[in-house]
Amino acid sequence: MTAITDSNQPVTPKAPIILVEGLAKSFGKVTALNGISFQVQPGELFGFLGPNGAGKTTAINILTGLARADAGTIRIDGQDCTRNPKAAQHLIGIVPDESNLYAELTGFDNLCFCAALYGMPKAERVDRAHELLKFFGLTEAGRRKFGGYSKGMKRKLTIAAGLIHRPRILFLDEPTTGIDVASARQIRQLIQDLHGSGTTIFLTTHYIEEAERLCDRIAFIVDGQIVLEDSVPHLLQPLQNKHVLLLYVLGADQQLASQMAEAFPGGQVEVAAKDQLRLEAETPIPLAPLVNFLAGRGREVTEARRPSHTLEDVFVRVTGLQVDMLKKEKEKSTGGGQ
Amino acid sequence: MKHWIAFWNILLKDLRAYYLKPPNISWGLIFPLAWTGMFFIRSGSGLESTLSILPGVMAVSILFGTTSMLSVTVTFEKRNRSFDRLLLSPIPLWLLMLAKTSGAILFGILNAFVPVVMAALLTDLSAVNWSLVVPAVILISLASTFLGLFIAVSVSEVFEAQTFSNFFRFPMIFLCGLFMPVASLPVYLQPLSYLLPLTYGVDILHGAIRGQNHLAYPLSFGLIFLFCISLFLLSLRNIYRKWIL
Ligand SMILES: Nc1ncnc2c1ncn2[C@@H]1O[C@H](COP(=O)(O)OP(=O)(O)OP(=O)(O)O)[C@@H](O)[C@H]1O
Ligand SMILES: [Mg+2]
Repeated sequence: MTAITDSNQPVTPKAPIILVEGLAKSFGKVTALNGISFQVQPGELFGFLGPNGAGKTTAINILTGLARADAGTIRIDGQDCTRNPKAAQHLIGIVPDESNLYAELTGFDNLCFCAALYGMPKAERVDRAHELLKFFGLTEAGRRKFGGYSKGMKRKLTIAAGLIHRPRILFLDEPTTGIDVASARQIRQLIQDLHGSGTTIFLTTHYIEEAERLCDRIAFIVDGQIVLEDSVPHLLQPLQNKHVLLLYVLGADQQLASQMAEAFPGGQVEVAAKDQLRLEAETPIPLAPLVNFLAGRGREVTEARRPSHTLEDVFVRVTGLQVDMLKKEKEKSTGGGQ
Repeated sequence: MKHWIAFWNILLKDLRAYYLKPPNISWGLIFPLAWTGMFFIRSGSGLESTLSILPGVMAVSILFGTTSMLSVTVTFEKRNRSFDRLLLSPIPLWLLMLAKTSGAILFGILNAFVPVVMAALLTDLSAVNWSLVVPAVILISLASTFLGLFIAVSVSEVFEAQTFSNFFRFPMIFLCGLFMPVASLPVYLQPLSYLLPLTYGVDILHGAIRGQNHLAYPLSFGLIFLFCISLFLLSLRNIYRKWIL
C-alpha cells in the first residue's frame, strides 16, 4: 500500500491531529450539530456512527471548509481552522457522500485535474493518475467519460480523487453506502490498508458492523450530539461479563419465564419474542439443567443460541434507539454492511 | 507556484470543457453578425455608419459573451457539486475565482474583436486609436465578467442566473449609450446610466473609434476599474455568505 499513501510523512506525536471543541451548527430551526467535541489522534481510524440526519455530513463539511460553524473551534494539525479552513486543506483528502467529479471529463482527466488543484507538476499528476486507476481496476474505464460510470465505479474514482495528493488525513463520508457487496468489501479493505500505512481516517457510516470492524474509536452521533465515544474494545467492555442465552421453546410465556427465574436465581429471564426466552446472567449459563427443567414441564427446547455481543447492543443501550433505524436504510441500499 | 499550476489547470479545463466547444465558437461569430446586420437595416444607412455602431456592437458582444458563460462555469458547477471540489482545494478564494472567470474574460475580449474584423472588411479603421481600444475592451470584459459572476453567485439555480442576467443585460443595451448617446435618454434615466460600468467603457470606445467621447478618459478608466474591483469583491463576499453555509 505504500503506493497509495506516503507512510514516511511526519506525524506529530501525541498531539491530536484533529481537535474539535463545542462545534454547533443550525440550519434555521434545525439543529444539525449541538456542541460536539472530539479528538482524533494521528494515524487513527475514527468513526462517526449515526442514523440519517444525525449531523455526520454537516460535521465533515465544517471540518473541511464547505460549511461554517455557528460556534466552536477546530484545530487540524495544530492549525486553527475555525476561521480559516484553508489553513489545513492541503493536508486533507475528501471523499463526499455524493460524487462531485466532472461528468464530461474522462476518469483520467478528472484525476489529473484534481491533482493540479493541489499544485502537482504535470509528470507527477499523470503518473499518480495512472497508478490510482490501476489500483482501482479502472485503467480501461479511465479513458471514458465519468458521466457514464456505474455507481460503484463512480465511488471508486471519487475515492481515488480524494487520495490523489497523498493526504495525511482522509475524510470518507459513507464510502460503502449504495454499492454492491463486492465493491463495498474492496473499499473496506482499502480503508484498512490506508489505515495500516499511517493515514488518519475520519469515517462516517450508519453500518454498525462496518464501524466495529474498521474503526479504532467510534463516536455515536444522534440528533447532532455525541452520545458516546470510545475505543471499540472499551465500548464492548461493559458487555464482556454478561452472558446471554436464547432458548426457543414452543408456547413459551411469561408464566414459564417466572418459573424459570425462580428455579435458577442469579439471572434474568424474559420472553424476548414469540416462542423465545432470553436469559441473562453475570456468570456462564449452563444449558443442560435448563433443558431438563423444561422437559420436566413437558416443554421441548427446539433451539438454543448464545449470541455474541456486538456494538449493536451497545448502541441500543446507549441511545435507546432501535437498531432498525440504522438497518432500514441498510436494506434499502444494495450494499449492506457485510 | 503550486497555486499557479492550479490556476492554469482550472482555466484550461474551462476552456476545453466550455469555451472551445463548437456551439460556443459559432455563437461568438453569429452574435456580432446579427447585431451588426440588425443595426444596418434599422438605421437604413450605408457603410459610412459602420464606425458609429461599432462601439455598441463590440460592447454588446462582450456583455452577452461573458455573462452567459458564468451561469455555466459557476452556477451550474455549484449546482452539480463539482464546484465544491474547487472550494475544498487549498487555493485562496480570490485566485480560484480569477481562474474561474479568466476564461470568460478572454472569451469576451475575443468576442469584441469579431465585429472589429468585420468592420475592417467594410470600412477604413486607420483613424482608430488602438492604444485606447485595447485597454477599454479588456476593462469592459472584466466588468461584464464580474457582473456575470456577481449574478452567478447570488443565485443557486442556472435558470435564475440566466433570468437575472437578462434583467441587467437588456436595459444596459439602452442605458449605457451603446447605440444612442446617454444624453438623448430621458433626464430621469440618465443617473441610472452612470451607475452602470458599461457606460464608461462604451464612452471610451466611442472616443477611440470616432473621437466622440463625453467623459475624460482617465475618469472613465478609473471608474470602470473601480466597478471591476467592487463587483469582484462583492462576488467573493456572496460566495462566503451564500455558498459556504
Ligand atoms: N444545507 C442545509 N440546509 C438545511 N438543513 C440542512 C442542511 N444540511 C443539513 N441539514 C439538516 O441538518 C441535519 C443533519 O444533516 P446531515 O446531512 O449532516 O446528516 P447525516 O448524518 O449526514 O445524514 P445521512 O446519513 O442521511 O447522510 C438534518 O436534519 C438535515 O436536514
Ligand atoms: Mg450524510
